Amino acid sequence: MRTSRPPRDFRRSPRHSWLWHTPMPTSDTLTTLTSPQMIGLWLQAVLTFAILSFLIKDNAFYKFAEHIFVGVSAGYGVVLVWHEAVLPIMLYRIFPQLSAEQGALPDYWVIVPIVLGLMMISRFVPKLAWMSRWPMAFVVGYAAGSSIPSVVQANILQQIQGTIKPLVYYRPCVLVESPGAIDLSWVATSTVLNSLLLIVGVVCTLSYFYFSLEHKRMLGVTSRIGIWFLMAAFGAGFGNTVMARISLLIGRVQFLLYDWWQHGVIGLFR
Amino acid sequence: MQTLARLLTIDRRWIFLFIGLAVLVPFLTGLKFLQGTPTPATLAVFNYIDQLPPGSVVAIGFDYGPAGMPEMHPMAMAIIRQCFQRHLRVVALTIHPQGPLMAEAAFNRVRGDYKAKYGQDYVNLGFKPGGQAVILGIGSGIRNVYPTDMRGTPLSALPVMRGVRTYDDIAILIDLATGNAPGAWIAFGHQRFKVKMAIGITAVMATDFYVYYQTGQLVGILNGMRGAAEYENLVKHPDVGVLGMSSQSVAHLVIIVFVLLGNIGYFASRAHRRKQGGMA
Repeated sequence: MRTSRPPRDFRRSPRHSWLWHTPMPTSDTLTTLTSPQMIGLWLQAVLTFAILSFLIKDNAFYKFAEHIFVGVSAGYGVVLVWHEAVLPIMLYRIFPQLSAEQGALPDYWVIVPIVLGLMMISRFVPKLAWMSRWPMAFVVGYAAGSSIPSVVQANILQQIQGTIKPLVYYRPCVLVESPGAIDLSWVATSTVLNSLLLIVGVVCTLSYFYFSLEHKRMLGVTSRIGIWFLMAAFGAGFGNTVMARISLLIGRVQFLLYDWWQHGVIGLFR
Repeated sequence: MQTLARLLTIDRRWIFLFIGLAVLVPFLTGLKFLQGTPTPATLAVFNYIDQLPPGSVVAIGFDYGPAGMPEMHPMAMAIIRQCFQRHLRVVALTIHPQGPLMAEAAFNRVRGDYKAKYGQDYVNLGFKPGGQAVILGIGSGIRNVYPTDMRGTPLSALPVMRGVRTYDDIAILIDLATGNAPGAWIAFGHQRFKVKMAIGITAVMATDFYVYYQTGQLVGILNGMRGAAEYENLVKHPDVGVLGMSSQSVAHLVIIVFVLLGNIGYFASRAHRRKQGGMA
């Protein structure tokens, strides 16, 4: 009889491997369900079907589920901000006696951001709307000051640096045979080809977005090549998008099969 | 030719049905597909964590909600699994409101296999509003931003947080995210405080973030469900990510078939129109 192969150790040999037999994953926490858990499970399943019903046609069930989603998200957000920001950062700092923390002293400095926050809300009163400019100026100033150096470094300088690649590799001097000569090995050659491709791609794509000259002659050729690079990038983006969307469907199918069907349906009628 | 041209008028619901079946069939039949070599970006994350000495701190940013679970959750569980295997300390934190629940769910699923204890082997610091301010704040002192963990225990009372004060005490920060959080972590966490970083992202975001890996700002990237499946294989615990990839493969084949049919229909209808124009 043929026995199953043991899993390959990737740390030693990162090569191909057949998908090993995997037992059906089950949610350990749902093996014995309480009534609220069972209701929650069925609610999830019903709402999943309601949302998926949109694929057939827009209908009342879909709209119902959509409205519940929006309402629950908003409610969750409000409660979270209340417990994570309003209470600990505002109220408990001014009135520490309200919190469970013993012996904490009041921190009246937080009144400054609270006042700034209230000034922001003044936009809703037309006569007082001018007051919102101060906190807005503070936010813009802080965000710009803290973001510009880091964002420029991460998104511009490092990216420019990433396009500067060597086009020639020399053989290291430790080699006995012809040390210091140009390295023509497969690894070095393919790295050089990659670097060339990168440089051509960057230059041609940038030339496509150069609108001060008409796209004729040399600029016409490079911008045309730039379009091909852009198309390849869009294709990669689309392929990844498809994978992401299918993953969402897979997630729902896994829930319906392993949680709802296994525990919610079979578990209920067993 | 006219029959082929009708391919363009296929009701889209047929496509939905075929995609649905393509996803469902591998789960019901146990259909297996060849898993390729782990991508260098995934392998780099695994190798980096694998060489960390026991006791090192791995911070995981759970910046995703239930909508990102199919792709992010398998990654999170696989990374936590590797950390527990290697006796590394895991610190979960998030700037996503629903992140703490995701972290709890991931830890609950894995901790039993390694008898990991809360507060000793791992901790969930929870959510703090502020995004950029939180990331910058950790750089000056994690206890300023998170005086307590999610359960209200002071960090000084948790053995897992012993000696963890700033980014300097974190061996690697892995941000698992469905939104723009990795961009903020890279710009403010990595660039400002030089913390080593890796990210796990949904496939739809991957093309935007590979440039950070290519420029050496990231140790590695886990790309969507594929990255999760690769990581599960690397930690030798194939789970829902690996199982989902078979469905992914079949669904992709179906999509390719429909793309081909659409193109055949397009060229056939064009030829049909030309023929009709010629006859007129």
